[in-house]
Amino acid sequence: MSKGVAITGMGAISAIGNNVAENFQSLVESKKGISKISKIDTIHKDDIMVGEIAYTNSELEEILGLSPGNNYSRTGLIGAIAAKEAIANSGITNINKYKTGLISATSVGGMDMTEQYYYNYLETDTNRRYIASHHAGDSTQKIAEQLGIAKSLVTTISTACSSAANAIMLGARLIKSGQLDRVIVGGSDCMSKFTINGFKTLMILSDTYSTPFDENRKGLNLGEAAAFLVLESDAVVKAENKNVLGYVKGYGNANDAFHQTASSDHGDGATLAMEKALKVAGYTAKDIDYINAHGTATGNNDLSEGRAIIRVFGEENVPEFSSTKAYIGHTLAAAGAIEAVYSILALQNNVIFPNLNFKTQMKEFNITPELKLKEKELKTVMSNSFGFGGNCSTVIFSKEP
Amino acid sequence: MKKVYINSISSITPQKTFDNSEFLDEVIIHENQVIFAVEPKYKDYIPPAAARRMAKGIKMGVVASKLSLQEAGLEQVDAVITGTGMGCLRDSEKFLGAIINNNEQYLTPTSFIQSTHNTVGGQIALELQCKGYNFTYVHGSNSFESGLLDAKLQLELDEAQNILVGGVDELGDHTTKLNQIIHHVKEENISSLDVLSSKTKGAVFGEGASFFVLSNKKQASSYAEIISVKMYNTLAQNELSETALHFLKENSLKAEDIDAVVLGNNGDIEFDGYYNLLTSGIFSNTQQVCYKHLIGEFNTASPFGLWIASKILKTQTLPEVIKKNNIKTSSFKYILLYNMYRGENHSFTLLKSC
Repeated sequence: MSKGVAITGMGAISAIGNNVAENFQSLVESKKGISKISKIDTIHKDDIMVGEIAYTNSELEEILGLSPGNNYSRTGLIGAIAAKEAIANSGITNINKYKTGLISATSVGGMDMTEQYYYNYLETDTNRRYIASHHAGDSTQKIAEQLGIAKSLVTTISTACSSAANAIMLGARLIKSGQLDRVIVGGSDCMSKFTINGFKTLMILSDTYSTPFDENRKGLNLGEAAAFLVLESDAVVKAENKNVLGYVKGYGNANDAFHQTASSDHGDGATLAMEKALKVAGYTAKDIDYINAHGTATGNNDLSEGRAIIRVFGEENVPEFSSTKAYIGHTLAAAGAIEAVYSILALQNNVIFPNLNFKTQMKEFNITPELKLKEKELKTVMSNSFGFGGNCSTVIFSKEP
Repeated sequence: MKKVYINSISSITPQKTFDNSEFLDEVIIHENQVIFAVEPKYKDYIPPAAARRMAKGIKMGVVASKLSLQEAGLEQVDAVITGTGMGCLRDSEKFLGAIINNNEQYLTPTSFIQSTHNTVGGQIALELQCKGYNFTYVHGSNSFESGLLDAKLQLELDEAQNILVGGVDELGDHTTKLNQIIHHVKEENISSLDVLSSKTKGAVFGEGASFFVLSNKKQASSYAEIISVKMYNTLAQNELSETALHFLKENSLKAEDIDAVVLGNNGDIEFDGYYNLLTSGIFSNTQQVCYKHLIGEFNTASPFGLWIASKILKTQTLPEVIKKNNIKTSSFKYILLYNMYRGENHSFTLLKSC
């Protein structure tokens, strides 16, 4: 049994950077990666704004050194890039020296290819190799292969927009229980017509830059991203004399049990998730220095989440909080992972990233997100992720074990 | 660490398996390469208005979970964990088809909402008003086993006392067609009785939903104790026997200690070699049990293997139709399950009578 769950490496790719350093640079410069869509041909292109990763699929294939006949979906491609960065950042050269697993998260899986060739598959065999890469587990299998993880515990979680937070949670539990010595955790979701149209029918896509926690918020920007963390047991950290970036200190998952897509008015599930995470961490609300909120900028989420935060912390005692989704969009199943990376960057650099685009205070409560880059000694960061199916997850990161 | 028990089982498959008072007493001989689930009367469990909005997979999942709760004598659980390889396929196909056919216009959200992989898990939480832990695993043939391992960890550490764990996958017409053109589905019509000896490529595709209440408290209805679950993303054929023996050794057992092996072979000549290695090798003198000829192949077919193993251990009987060989077994104490799909995502599950 390992007491601590150390984070020894991380990797990220998003609309504001192709690696962790570029992401950090954009975060501190308040540089958002939201624009008109360029890589998907959709009739909604003039009505929505998205966060796209700069690389095209062929550029990603080239970086990974894949042969032309490969059948990686974009989810697999960006996932492999971020996971490899995490491994390199952790200084791992022999992945199988310790019992190493991989827990990834995705909601889209290989839908990007399926939606391109759905009927074409029946007519010609040119792209049929992608049929078998549609299912959600495929991108994870590909990432495992890229990392050289074999004969091990590899799995995928899909609980909509809380997926990657749950992957981190499961990874931490596997380390604590001694099932694994090391586990790569995170998530990957690429942009797809399927999700664009899905969120469009729900009428929660903003036609301009998203404005989390703003009274006049109009909905979310979709984004694509992948991010992974390397979690290691105390024993591995000691044996390898590892540089520790932070710890997974607490986690909680709860279900809102209210509605398939909407959050309850008072954020019952979110409140429970935050409370559970505090309990696992052995913290009280006072111990949290910064909350990286889910903050999708939909009418429903920000109200429900804000109320839940007030329930947990008390309206007068809410620590600095911000949503970083205005930078990169809502990256769905990857959100919990990329925001974990941002949370750890916040801890490492003692800095709180601003909640961009905010203008008007919400009238339902008096809490206001952090609007400017703020330097503050941070010991702990709480990260929230909520999804369809009432799924609510909170992870707490700390500097000390 | 607490012991983990299977306190109830329920399975909806292309056989009439949802009535636990029977154990494959009557078998349906399917003659097709795509076989559909025999459905219970949904209206006995789901209000008709709600049922109309639900695709088959959601209905099967919700009903299987209710049957399982009923048998365990529970009204609530601490957590709901679901596995699904393909998610809510029919809604995904419906929404994607509409996007393409109507050029992204005139779409309604229902099928998108229900296409989300965790719809069944979320729906169960909603029905039960269960605010506890709710995870959905989507990792091919290890989707269900991931949930099993997760539940086992929580129960062993007493973080939860009763957990609903299940697996569900439904057939979708277009996806089936796609799997046919790449020969993952058999080309020929074939009888259930001939599938496993077919010597042809591909599998018969099926669908179903299974749910179990796992608990760290044994009760009268308990079927078996879950000793261990282990997954492997890759495994070469030449590593399989050694890995199986190592798995048993970790649990202080030898091949001879196993009273039955429940195998996931599906009659695909390309991949059944894995299973044949075990049946002609380390388990050649062990009672061998197969089930996919009856229900077909799908990512969450393996929980039906767990249903069978649970039944064998509780009733100490073994129906002829699932015997691959005939070994005189005086009693069933330990059962090992092995499953994989197309050479990937292998799992061993070890059960003990209780």
